[in-house]
Amino acid sequence: MKIINEMKISFPSRSVNESFSRSAVASFAVLLDPRMDELSDIRTAVSEAVTNCIVHAYGDTVGTIEITARILEGNIFYIRIKDKGCGIPDIEKALEPMFTTAPEDERAGLGFAVMESFMDKLTVKSKVGVGTTVTMQKKISRR
Amino acid sequence: MAIEINTNEENLLAKISGELDHHTAATMRAELDEKIKNLNPNKLLLDFSDVSFMDSSGIGFIMGRYKLMKENGGGVEVINAPRGINKVLKISGLDKIITIGRCKNEDNQ
Repeated sequence: MKIINEMKISFPSRSVNESFSRSAVASFAVLLDPRMDELSDIRTAVSEAVTNCIVHAYGDTVGTIEITARILEGNIFYIRIKDKGCGIPDIEKALEPMFTTAPEDERAGLGFAVMESFMDKLTVKSKVGVGTTVTMQKKISRR
Repeated sequence: MAIEINTNEENLLAKISGELDHHTAATMRAELDEKIKNLNPNKLLLDFSDVSFMDSSGIGFIMGRYKLMKENGGGVEVINAPRGINKVLKISGLDKIITIGRCKNEDNQ
């Protein structure tokens, strides 16, 4: 699909960057003139993916999180969130609602469930010891 | 992110304002749990009317307080959750174990 516009950011996996990253992506998405609820869905999905990188991929270490956001032909907003963290051994299990490897940290195990339901498409690619790439797409309504 | 706490004889009312995510939940959790342990209220009311953003970390935050309150036979109620936040609350199924009060702006939607 033809790329109409693109932006990239990369930042260290510190929790203070959760709010920065979702706001940065949302600011870019504004170019598509989304409705408030669509923008809120994007903001929430990004926050979930970035929090996963911080809590799970890098854990006690700090690594780089890379986000690419694109506006694609057909009013589609595309987001790719990439880390070089520990990777997910069993993606299917990780995608199950309420499954978490960090219950003591009060993780609800709903991150992927939120991404899946707030966006139209979700793809998770991961390799243990190499990292994880999450891509999401959402069609923004024309008005 | 801020938390304003009010108490009467039986209830503890915590009005949360700002963005509730993994980063902000940690400090709020510590502050609120200290009050719960000291005051041992019957009910914890979480007023979300001024919460501008919440992701699933907020669900973990509510569930954690629910467990703590339950240990002493108390309950949790979420009140005034704005519409966007309500969507996250619904996915979690939290409304089946916790009373989710009437939404702000519900009449306009």
